[in-house]
Amino acid sequence: MAGLATALGSGAMTNSIHEISGAKTILAIGTNTTQAHPVLALQVKKAARNGANLIVANPKEIDLCRHATIHIQQRPGTDVPLLMGMIRTIIDEGLADQNFIKERCEDFDQFKASLQDFDLDHVSEITTVPKELIVEAARLYATSGPAAILYCMGITQHCHGTDNVWAISNLALITGNLGKPSAGVNPLRGQNNVQGSCDMGALPDVYPGYQKVHLPENQQKFEKAWGAKLSTEPGLTHSEIFDDAYHGKIKSLYLIGENPVLSEANANHAIEAMEKLEFLVVQDIFLTETAAMADVVLPAASFAEKNGTFSNTERRIQRIRQAIAPVGETKPDWQIVCAIAKKMGASGFEFSSPEEIMQEIASVTPSYGGISYDRIESVGIQWPCPNQDHPGTPILHTEKFGTPSGKAKLIPLSFRDAAELPDDDYPLMLTTDRSLFHYHTGSMTRRVDGLEQLDSEELLKINPQDARELGLEDQEMVKISSRRGETTVKTKLTGICPPGLVSMTFHFAESPTNVLTNAALDPVAKIPETKVCAVRVEKIVA
Amino acid sequence: MLQRINSPSEMVEMRDFCKAAFARQKVRFLVCAGTGCIAGGSMEVYEELKRHIAERGEDVDVELLFEGKDSEAGASISGCHGFCQMGPLVRVEPKSTFYTKVKVKDVPDIITTTLDEDSVVERLLFKNPDGSHAVAEHDVPFYNRQTRIVLAGCGTIDPEDIRNYFAVDGYTALAQIFADHSPEEVIDIVTQSGLRGRGGGGFPAGRKWKAGYDAKATPKYVVCNGDEGDPGAFMDRSVLEGNPQAVLEGMTIAAYSIGARYGVIYVRAEYPLAVVRLQKAIAQAKEFGVLGENIMGTGFDFDIDIFQGAGAFVCGESTALTLSIEGKRGMPRVAPRPRTTEVGLYDKPTLLNNVKTFAYVPDIIRKSADWFKAIGTESSSGTAVFALTGHIKNSGLIEVPMGIKLREIIFDIGGGIPKGGKFKAVQTGGPSGGCLPESLLDTPIDYDSLDEAGSIMGSGGMVIMNERTCMVDVARYFLQFTEEESCGQCVPCRLGTKQLLEILNDICRGRGKKEDLDLLVELSHSVHGGSVCGLGQTAANPVLTTLRYFKAEYEAHIYDKCCPAGVCKELISFVIDEEKCKGCMLCAKNCPVDAISGEKKQVHTIDQSLCIQCGVCFDKCPNKFSAVECVSPKIPVTPKEKMEVS
Amino acid sequence: MSEVTITIDGLEIKAREGTTVLQAAQENGLYIPNLCNHPDLDPAGLCRVCVVKMDDWKIAISCKLPVKDGMVISTEDPEVQQIRKNTVELLVANHPMTCLTCERDSTCELQKVAHYVGIKPDDIKRYRRSVRSIPMDTSNPFFDMDHSKCILCGICVRTCDELQNINAINYAQRGVASLISTLGNKPIAESRCESCGECVVRCPVAALSPKNTMEPMRQVKSICTYCGVGCGVMLGVRGDQIVSVEGDYDNPVNQGSLCVKGRYGYKFINHPERLKTPLVRKNGELVEATWDEALDQIEAKFSKHKGEKFAALASARITNEDNYLIQKFTRAVMGTNNIDHCARL
Repeated sequence: MAGLATALGSGAMTNSIHEISGAKTILAIGTNTTQAHPVLALQVKKAARNGANLIVANPKEIDLCRHATIHIQQRPGTDVPLLMGMIRTIIDEGLADQNFIKERCEDFDQFKASLQDFDLDHVSEITTVPKELIVEAARLYATSGPAAILYCMGITQHCHGTDNVWAISNLALITGNLGKPSAGVNPLRGQNNVQGSCDMGALPDVYPGYQKVHLPENQQKFEKAWGAKLSTEPGLTHSEIFDDAYHGKIKSLYLIGENPVLSEANANHAIEAMEKLEFLVVQDIFLTETAAMADVVLPAASFAEKNGTFSNTERRIQRIRQAIAPVGETKPDWQIVCAIAKKMGASGFEFSSPEEIMQEIASVTPSYGGISYDRIESVGIQWPCPNQDHPGTPILHTEKFGTPSGKAKLIPLSFRDAAELPDDDYPLMLTTDRSLFHYHTGSMTRRVDGLEQLDSEELLKINPQDARELGLEDQEMVKISSRRGETTVKTKLTGICPPGLVSMTFHFAESPTNVLTNAALDPVAKIPETKVCAVRVEKIVA
Repeated sequence: MLQRINSPSEMVEMRDFCKAAFARQKVRFLVCAGTGCIAGGSMEVYEELKRHIAERGEDVDVELLFEGKDSEAGASISGCHGFCQMGPLVRVEPKSTFYTKVKVKDVPDIITTTLDEDSVVERLLFKNPDGSHAVAEHDVPFYNRQTRIVLAGCGTIDPEDIRNYFAVDGYTALAQIFADHSPEEVIDIVTQSGLRGRGGGGFPAGRKWKAGYDAKATPKYVVCNGDEGDPGAFMDRSVLEGNPQAVLEGMTIAAYSIGARYGVIYVRAEYPLAVVRLQKAIAQAKEFGVLGENIMGTGFDFDIDIFQGAGAFVCGESTALTLSIEGKRGMPRVAPRPRTTEVGLYDKPTLLNNVKTFAYVPDIIRKSADWFKAIGTESSSGTAVFALTGHIKNSGLIEVPMGIKLREIIFDIGGGIPKGGKFKAVQTGGPSGGCLPESLLDTPIDYDSLDEAGSIMGSGGMVIMNERTCMVDVARYFLQFTEEESCGQCVPCRLGTKQLLEILNDICRGRGKKEDLDLLVELSHSVHGGSVCGLGQTAANPVLTTLRYFKAEYEAHIYDKCCPAGVCKELISFVIDEEKCKGCMLCAKNCPVDAISGEKKQVHTIDQSLCIQCGVCFDKCPNKFSAVECVSPKIPVTPKEKMEVS
Repeated sequence: MSEVTITIDGLEIKAREGTTVLQAAQENGLYIPNLCNHPDLDPAGLCRVCVVKMDDWKIAISCKLPVKDGMVISTEDPEVQQIRKNTVELLVANHPMTCLTCERDSTCELQKVAHYVGIKPDDIKRYRRSVRSIPMDTSNPFFDMDHSKCILCGICVRTCDELQNINAINYAQRGVASLISTLGNKPIAESRCESCGECVVRCPVAALSPKNTMEPMRQVKSICTYCGVGCGVMLGVRGDQIVSVEGDYDNPVNQGSLCVKGRYGYKFINHPERLKTPLVRKNGELVEATWDEALDQIEAKFSKHKGEKFAALASARITNEDNYLIQKFTRAVMGTNNIDHCARL
């Protein structure tokens, strides 16, 4: 989300979920919305039903294509040229919103200069998308507004994910599709409280509310609030933590509610890193594959057993409530942290309820300043909500952007291909996706019998043409390998994947997809490139 | 000369040219190629005719010649003549000599009498009830009371050659409107003619066309409803098979009036011949520039597609029909809803009329609204087409002026009840119609009078029933039809028809209860008032009319367990009259279950415990004996006999 | 939107222009019996139970009848009563009489309508009763489809079409043989059904009913724990178990809608494999331990590894309050900014 913050001054969904159905044009890029965000997808389908243009840009023929006006099937990893090609068409054809660019954006001239590398013939060649389709999509997006862009991991999980995000913000900015209803740039957050975790400063470089740790004024503010000495040195990112653990620099790791054995790109590297730790504490609700490696496992209460708040993808802070008593001796995570802190003699952890914690959050986090449990008793509020009288903010950037200058940045871009491309040894491209019936590493959904019945095993989706060339049948157990690892998986022959592209989820421990994926990081956001890597699929010889 | 028509005035030249070609052919043998006659072997007769004519040498050309010399004789197929019962039919022009039940072996006689002797083959002529022969078609009683407008072309022209249609003024109506009339004027003519929709509803065509014209959205469509589904009805089929160009011309005139670019003809897939003839007709019309792009050089474009229906009766309902064309489940749209002229095919303005409605239009344009209005009655102008079937001597397709009495149709045209039978009831309007008794035979045929009597005009089915018909059974038959054909979406129709049918089934089986009569009436009214579409709203008509006019028969079934007509198997027994039986053994030989015993020349008896009431003995017993009788209520089977069976 | 005045059974009411008579009645607290109507869906007008008489002459169905100023509506006209009563009687005569053991007893719309219309046992005795005997479709793990109870109102079909745009089910066959079915009449689990359960929620009778759900003793308003959309849920509680999940209609995010995971994916909460006590590694094995033992070990190690030797990975799965405390703990107690979470996965 770092990309969006640079360009617009905030890294969150700019508009609200319920506005999507009012859009006249929707560009859904790198999101398999009906599978990953089914209820939000209802809004997209409703818009399409009401006559909106739906442009689906996805290398695979996902379910959403059924409702699409245009399906752009770009080669994985070529989102930047695709989007820049659309932008170039819009500017060349005089469809840009000159007023908006002049009043609310900066660096247009440098940006425009960078477009010269993206003439449509070249773009069409890189992306393998017919020129006419790019032009048609560009015209629809630019002329039939309000136009909303939805995107997800298909955009961010690349070694140039930040570039992808900037290409999206550029597109929205030059057409003035920001700061108004049913438009905007809308990253769809994958996990229930990923927005909240970021808001709360569970990031190495910021305190709650995205207050930079390296700025002394912030350091002083929080030292005062917390009564402790704080570092101005930004910490390590997720992947860097594993790297440092691998090299023995990190000794203790406190890992909560995460299962990197399955979820981490190049998972074998993460497993080795954890094996090298001196002390691993895992806090979870199940004994996950990762928890099984821990020195101490702490049993956490589930969401149904505690109070608190989640912040959803549209920045809405909503209350969860305790429905049943914590199972066994489990405790809510906040109580466990308090217990550890107290055990270590620290002060500032004397909370008797999450509501009290929220009071402290509100006092140190400007965008949560007006949040209290009373106010969100029945309906959640969307941040920024700086004070008790503020109604919340359904649409960001209506007046000005959150950048220091108040103007949005148009960012010049150039094309960089995926870090690893198919070659003779690994001739196919693997991308990852999700199943409607499972969630993440499956630690919860695979324990629900019915969901397991509806979708019980990993399937390697492969085009029948590729399968024929490899002599593979449908439902055949095959070996799939990359430079980093290998696993076995059953095939599913389907036209959803174009020839040359194969796809797997990562819900199933039996076929751990992430032993294959590439941990090549985006230089800014440090997100690994799980959406593209080169693999080989082979028949298993008995 | 035979080329694309490039202006309305060229149309007249084309007509005169085609007329001249006909004039040069002195004698013309027209062989009926309607579905009924083809089944009877008419195509073999046609081939034989052609072969014989060809053998006559140089002065003869079998085909109609459009250029060059005169011809002594020719042969051609034609559409259905209507008198299907007497097929295969051959008509010889110019004298309209009318031959019935023609076989291949009759061909040489027909040729020589016509061409060499100037006489007729008497044995093939229609024999009047008084024993005299009718020579010309219009002398046949079946025809001489008819007024043929839509059926005029059927039986006189070759439906597979558009030039035949040109020769009878075809497409001159279209040329005329292009030259002289604005769309509004055409609609005015249709309105003034008083033409009402011939699909059954009788909605004024002019009003519908006006609504289509007024509709703002585009594109607009013209749809022809040829989903003829009433049991026994074949009016639309005959028109589509016999004179498809008239339908195309009518649709094109409609398209010009409302501003439509595309048309669809919805035909039942069970009408393969109609489909083939329409395909040929459309191809030829395009070739001659009277359909397709730039019609007659006027710049007006109109194309017609054929859509074959998959056989659901309810798809004859206009909204279900348009959905069916769209590839959706054919279920009528629920009122209140916009009219089809506003929201029809693909949710666009659509002018939907029946086959016959369109087929009338060219004549109305050509001959004036007043001419059409002069035929028929004040409220129902023009003619009505009926498929006459059932217990009637002359069954077939007829066209009569509106206002004609039922009695005239049945007794004058239809020749009355065969085999000395007695008239009991006439059913009009198919499954949505009603059964009218003898006392209403003087009811004039028009939309309003039939409605008043409890029946409907419908699309033209007319079934005549004799005294051996059980009216409860008839009601049951039609209910069974509507129950099966209900689309199933609304409760009153889906479950109401089922309930009515089950009650009627019980009554026919002698299990009727006295409160059933009230329940039948009550439910019938609720099904009528509660159903979504015309199918459900009229489904109970057969029940209501039979209850209204033949209530005693219901009561006999319920109270006396008696079927007066001797039809309901579970209420009847067959017995042999000892005095009349001569012991011919015909009944015993034909009994399928060996229930009849008796020696030759001895009185036979029927074992009631074995009898299945099939009635074969009744039919087989020679008329001169008439020893087998049908009695109702049923003769009880004694327990003793039953034990013997087991 | 302007207002019109209409009269229903002598009572003048205000109605919003563009609404139907049924909607106007409902918004004014008047009950007109109906079965195939659902506020989330376009009116279908199929059950014919909401029949009324308009302006003293025309029989119409109120769910599709637009309000017009000055309109006079009767719901108790004798003809209306007769049609309505016969229609409901027909449904009852073809419906199983197993109310006491039925899932939807007391929440069944057919029961409610039959009661309102006033159907007595003698009324039904006049009819030929028959209940269809098509085998139940039990293929879906979360719900069953019982055709014998289906009244063919089409609410499920319209839900799957209008709201979900999935179109897994539609009418099949004709007439009395009509039934709700899938493409090729396959079991629902083999269709394109996504098991969202939205049709099950809206079924007015027990033709579609959830499997193995107990009626909750109470409901607790919360938020779904799966994806980032944050749908509102009502957790159904009985004893110490979560026994059902319903969409929260008051939540602006989902307005009652849920997906298959949100609605049916709750069984993990009370799953026997849940961790119940802390575990500590002894001789290479993880064994159950007390909180004190676990905390002792943690304190010992963490105290040694303050600063750059420590890192914490918080979670996008836990609450804001949990995350806040973890980063506070990492920064204020452990003295490092080595705090991150799995946002990027």
